Amino acid sequence: MIAGRKRKAKAAAAAAAAAAAAAGGAPASEDRQARSLVTPEGVDLKLRLGEAGERATALLIDLAIMVGVLVGFSLLTLLAFLGSKGKGGEVIATIWMLAFFVLRNLYFILFELTPGAATPGKRAMGLRVAARNGGRLTADAIFARNAMREIELYLPMGFLIANNGQVGAWISLAGLVWCGVFLLFPLFNRDRLRVGDLVAGTWVVKTPTRKLVPDLVQSSRPSHGRFAFTQAHLDAYGVKELHVLEDVLRRYETKTIALVAARIRQKIGWKAAPDESDGDFLAAYYAALRGRLESRLLLGKRRKDKHDKG
Amino acid sequence: MAQLHLKSYRFRAEREEDWRRLETLLAKIGKGSARALSDEELLAMPVLYRQALSSLSVARATSLDQSLVDYLESLSTRAYFFVYGARSSLAERVGGFFAREWPAAAQGLWRETLASFALTLVGVLAAYFLTLHDPDWFGAFVPDGLADGRGPAASAEALRATLYDKGGDRSGLSIFAAFLFTHNSGVAIFAFALGFAFCLPTAMLMAYNGCMLGAFLATFAMRGLAFEAGGWLAIHGVTEISAVILAGAAGLRIGWTLAFPGDLSRPEAMAQAGRQSATLMAGVVVMLFCAGVLEGVGRQVIQNDFARYGVALVTLVLWPAYLYLPRRAKAVP
Repeated sequence: MIAGRKRKAKAAAAAAAAAAAAAGGAPASEDRQARSLVTPEGVDLKLRLGEAGERATALLIDLAIMVGVLVGFSLLTLLAFLGSKGKGGEVIATIWMLAFFVLRNLYFILFELTPGAATPGKRAMGLRVAARNGGRLTADAIFARNAMREIELYLPMGFLIANNGQVGAWISLAGLVWCGVFLLFPLFNRDRLRVGDLVAGTWVVKTPTRKLVPDLVQSSRPSHGRFAFTQAHLDAYGVKELHVLEDVLRRYETKTIALVAARIRQKIGWKAAPDESDGDFLAAYYAALRGRLESRLLLGKRRKDKHDKG
Repeated sequence: MAQLHLKSYRFRAEREEDWRRLETLLAKIGKGSARALSDEELLAMPVLYRQALSSLSVARATSLDQSLVDYLESLSTRAYFFVYGARSSLAERVGGFFAREWPAAAQGLWRETLASFALTLVGVLAAYFLTLHDPDWFGAFVPDGLADGRGPAASAEALRATLYDKGGDRSGLSIFAAFLFTHNSGVAIFAFALGFAFCLPTAMLMAYNGCMLGAFLATFAMRGLAFEAGGWLAIHGVTEISAVILAGAAGLRIGWTLAFPGDLSRPEAMAQAGRQSATLMAGVVVMLFCAGVLEGVGRQVIQNDFARYGVALVTLVLWPAYLYLPRRAKAVP
């Protein structure tokens, strides 16, 4: 019975840790994506690279916007042409052609030149372009990275659209290989660079906008008086467990709370009072554990996890 | 109430207001531009940014509130990109591009430009003499769609008619110019991007472009129309062909750097070469815009051979002078 509960609690903790990792909270699984960017002030901002899936999604959003704008604009020019009874044809055709050119070649460039350095698709996915050397993102770099889309994106697209049996099988195959090399290029290097990023010295990083959430210590303050943890109680866990606990408390799913509370009570040998709620217990234990670990941190001792006896 | 004495909690309580202020300013910038900020707010930005950075360092060292550290990381990163982002206005950037960057890039790529020019020239000469020798070669160099009835089979009269606009119907010129500009720019950017595949496709494209030119010239020369065809071509061709040669040079530079990065590491060398050639490519697009106007409008309006040669001569002097004449170094402040 106890073993079963233990296993369940472990599973819940693992699930919470996994969920935290998915939300970008726990570092373990994202270390591969972390890159250091040291500011001139000497602080490492620890950037995270955009993942391949996010970037593909951003591209699809951008393409959808481009196609949408193109269709809308074409309809508009068509209406204008009909409205002018064919007289304004020349001007309208010229405008359409230039607009198409701007959309095809300048859409990415103009959006990436804005302070956000991101197209609408990238912005929606929380991404932005940054210079790899940590310096300024210059206009020539943006031009370079987007001019390369010609062979990465438009050539394969044109190839797919235009290829209606006019060319031989071998040429088709060669074309497919060519497209594959450039499309999948980001998957074959550590920094997820596409050819344009390589040529321009840029990369695509995440810029999550996080809200400042209330400190758990503050929001759970009133009921803490009744919990008096001893030092032995607080020495059961380290920083890693504290962070998992923080995540559990922030999510506050009743089932997980109950499981984790039971698991901790058992580990530290805490006798629950009859009217003690699991949530209050966890909040109080979190506050006490954090106080203990932080005061040791001030003395230069960071206890990594529960196995860290230092 | 021991938890009230948590140092990390007090730390947060004391600085939270500044963080929120920075967040508000960043949100403002995100919505509009940097101009959305007042002077006072703009001056406050770097101070708030440094405060956030220092808070981040302290929080990393002393606080175990993971969400707080994450928040400060995200806040500092966003502020960093603003504070160290590009700050010059669009007008300054465009001015700097025309005054310094474009000519500097053209001068920096002189070797590639010579190579690209030589490839084009070889193409022109080869196709010219081959077509003179045997007109059947024309079909090999020029696709039917582009030839548009100007092949070796056409009579001298028919060829002459293609050189001059007799109809007097001047409508559709802007469409023609816009089409030429957008089409040629697309091709030039394509030629540049192809350079990434170790120069080869770009080099072939340059030589082939020269071949088409040579085959055309040979066709007209055979009918004794070399002088007239020269004027028809040169009025915009000087600008357009120079632009294509420069685009080829930019492509050759990135391909060459990929193969032989030199002293720098390959990614660093690529980034440097890519930025320089991209600057040149932006200039190429400007040149092709001029060429499009000259070809789409100028050539149709100007029907006199000597006037056409005159315009060609002016462009032949102006472009190299603008791009290659040494200029006074900007005084360093």
